[in-house]
Amino acid sequence: MMWAILSILVENKPGILFKVTHLFRSRNFNIDSISVGVTDDENYSRMTITTYGDDKQIIQIVKQLDKMIDTVEVKQLDEHKTLFRELCIFNIKLSSASDSMEVNKLVNAYGGKVHDVKKDSLMVELTATPAQIKAFEELVKPFGIIDVARTGVAALQRSGA
Amino acid sequence: METMTGAKALMTAMEKEGVKEVFGLPGGANLPMYDEFARCDIRHILVRHEQSAAHMADGFGRVSRKPGVCFATSGPGATNILTGLATAQADSAPMVAVTGQVPVAMIGKDAFQESDIIGMANPVVKYSFQPRLPGEVPESVRKGFYIAETGRPGPVLLDIPKDVQQNEAPMDFPDEFTIQGYHPWNDPDVASVQKAVDMLVNSERPIILAGGGTIISSAFAELQSVAETLMIPVVTTFKGKGAFPENHPLSLGPIGMHGHAEANKMMAEADCVLAIGTRFSDRSVGTFEAFEKRLKIIHMDVDPAEIGKNQTTNISVVGDVRASLRIMVKLLLQKSLKKSEDSVWIKHVRETKEYWKENLKIHPGEMGAAKILRKLRELLPKESVVTTEVGQHQMWASLFYDVIQPGTFFSSTGLGTMGWGFPASIGAKVARPDVPVVDIAGDGSFSMTENSLATAVLEDIPVIVFVLNNSTLGMVAQWQRTFYDRRMVGVDQGGCPDYVKLAESYGAQGIRAQSMDELDKAIKSALSSDVATVIDIPIDPEEDVLPFVAPGTSLSDMILPS
Repeated sequence: MMWAILSILVENKPGILFKVTHLFRSRNFNIDSISVGVTDDENYSRMTITTYGDDKQIIQIVKQLDKMIDTVEVKQLDEHKTLFRELCIFNIKLSSASDSMEVNKLVNAYGGKVHDVKKDSLMVELTATPAQIKAFEELVKPFGIIDVARTGVAALQRSGA
Repeated sequence: METMTGAKALMTAMEKEGVKEVFGLPGGANLPMYDEFARCDIRHILVRHEQSAAHMADGFGRVSRKPGVCFATSGPGATNILTGLATAQADSAPMVAVTGQVPVAMIGKDAFQESDIIGMANPVVKYSFQPRLPGEVPESVRKGFYIAETGRPGPVLLDIPKDVQQNEAPMDFPDEFTIQGYHPWNDPDVASVQKAVDMLVNSERPIILAGGGTIISSAFAELQSVAETLMIPVVTTFKGKGAFPENHPLSLGPIGMHGHAEANKMMAEADCVLAIGTRFSDRSVGTFEAFEKRLKIIHMDVDPAEIGKNQTTNISVVGDVRASLRIMVKLLLQKSLKKSEDSVWIKHVRETKEYWKENLKIHPGEMGAAKILRKLRELLPKESVVTTEVGQHQMWASLFYDVIQPGTFFSSTGLGTMGWGFPASIGAKVARPDVPVVDIAGDGSFSMTENSLATAVLEDIPVIVFVLNNSTLGMVAQWQRTFYDRRMVGVDQGGCPDYVKLAESYGAQGIRAQSMDELDKAIKSALSSDVATVIDIPIDPEEDVLPFVAPGTSLSDMILPS
C-alpha cells in the first residue's frame, strides 16, 4: 500500500464534491484526507485528496476521476516534487508548569504556534507534513491530547519540478 | 432571441436534436412540459409505469444509436426510472431522461412528490443537469444529448423544476458549446495498433474477443475484415453477441458462464486475444487469474478507464474501436499480411466447432429450448431485431438463436434487469418499424413489465413477445438444483397468469404453442399480425441451461449436459 496525493481541478459548481466523494465510495477506494478551496480563478476549485492503495488502484482512481465530466485536470503528485502541508490544531492538557515549558519547546522545534494558554491546557497550531504532524502528536501524547482538528493536505507541484 | 417558457424551450431544443418520440407518463411536476405536446410534432407514447418508459428509451437508443428520450414526473415518477438509468449505464446505452422537479423554492423542503433524483441517480448516470433558470434549458438539452451519444454512450438526466418549465426567458439555442472536462474521443495510437498486428501475426493461437463496444461503434465490417485477413476465430462476450455473423465459419459464438462450449474451449486454448470494446466482465471471463495466465492480451476500448481495470493488458489502444480497427485493416493491407486457411490452429478450431455441433446434448423433448429457438431463427427474417429478458431464456437465446445480421440482438447484460426486454422491444420497434421485433422472454421476467402491452396495443407498436414459459424463476431454480441440493424456494410461478388471456385482455393477440407445428403457425401468425402478439410456449421446468461455468471457476471447467 502506498500513500498518494491527488490534485484535482474541478469546475466550481454545486454538487461536485458530492460526486467526487461518491466516486471513491462506489469504486471501493478510501479517502485518507480531503481539502477543497476555490482557486485564483473563481470558476475553478482545487481538491487535494490523499489516499492509500497499490499502484494499480491509484492508477485506476486517477483514470476514474479523469473520466468524470466535471474534473478539468487530475494529477497524482510526486511527493518529492511537491509542496504539501496540513494545518492541525491540538488542544493539549497541562498538569504542571513544567508541562507548559516542555510543550512550548516541542512546538518551537516543529515551527508551530501556541495559542490560548490556560492553567490546565493550551492550544497549538501546527502547519506541517502529515508525517511531522504524526511525530508531533506522538511527542505530546504523554501530556494528554484533549482534542485534535486537521484540515487535510493541501498540495501544489513545485515550479519547474 | 425569442422569449418563451422553459417547457417550450425544452421541446424546441429536443426537436433540434431530431427527437420524434418521447416515452413517458405525466404528473404534477411535469405538466408544463406535457402541455407542449399539444403544440409540437413530437409524438408522446404513454406508458403504464415509468420504469418501462426508461427501458423503451434505452431500447430505442441501442437500436437507433441516438439517445432515446423518456419523461417522468418528480418524486416516485423519478425514482421509478432509476432501474432504467442503471440498466442503460451498465450497458452504455444512449438515453436522455427528463424529470419534473418541485419548484426551485420548494427544493429541500420535503415537498409533496419531491425526491433528490440528482443525488440518487448520480452513480447510475453519465451526467445530470438541473437547470435553475429557464434560460439554462436549451444549453442543458444540447449538452445532455451530446454527452449521452458521444464517446462511451450513457444515460443523461435532466431534472427540471416546475417553475423553470413555467417561467419565460429570452432563449438562445447555441450550436457551439464547450465542456471543458469532457474528451469523448481519443485518436487511436497507430504505433500501438502496429504492435498489436505484430503480436497477432506472431502468435500461434490467436483469437478475437468482440465485446459490446464493437456493436455500439458499428465496427462490423472492420472486425470481419481483420478476422478474415488473419484467419482468426471470433468469440464474443454476451453483450457482443452478433457483433460478428454467427453463421460465419470463423464464428464460435459467446464465451462466458453460459457460453458456447466451442467458444469457451478455444478461448481457454488461445495464446493471444484481441479484445475489442469489452470490460472483461466476470460473467464473460470466469476467474481473471485463469483467463490471463497463458494469454497475451491486446485491448481496444474507447474508455481509458477500462484499460487495466479488470484485466492487465500487454497492448492497449484507446479510442473508438471502429477507428482503431480501421487503422489495423489499413496496416494489414499495406503490408499485404494475409494468413492461410489451413494453419494447425484454424484446423483445430474447425474440428472443435464440428465436434460440439454434433455432440452437445440438447433437451430430448419436442419442446426443448434449443428446438424452439432454432425454429424462431428459421422463421425470422435475418434483419429482425431481438431483445431478451433476463434468465434461462436469455442464455438459451445466447446458445441457440444465431444472430446473422450484426447489431440485431440486444439484452440487459450488465445490470441483468428482468423486465427490460419487452419495453425495450417496444422502443426498438419505434426506432425500426420496418422490421419484425421480438422479445425472447421467460414468464418470470415478462411478468415484471407485462403492462407495457397497453402501450404496444394502444400506440400500434406490434412487437412479438416469445414467452418460454416454465412457470418458474428458472435460472434461480437451476442454481437451487445445482448448488442448494434441490431446495426450491421462491421460484414457483404457479401457472399464473394465463398469458393468452392476459394478452387478449389488453387487446393483443395471444397464442399458445404446445407443439412444433403450433409454434410454426404461431410465429407466422405473429409476423403477419397488425397487433402485438404474445406467444406462450409451455416448456419443461426442469430443463437447465448448459453448458454452465460455475462462478469462480475457469472457462475450461464447464458443466456439460449429461
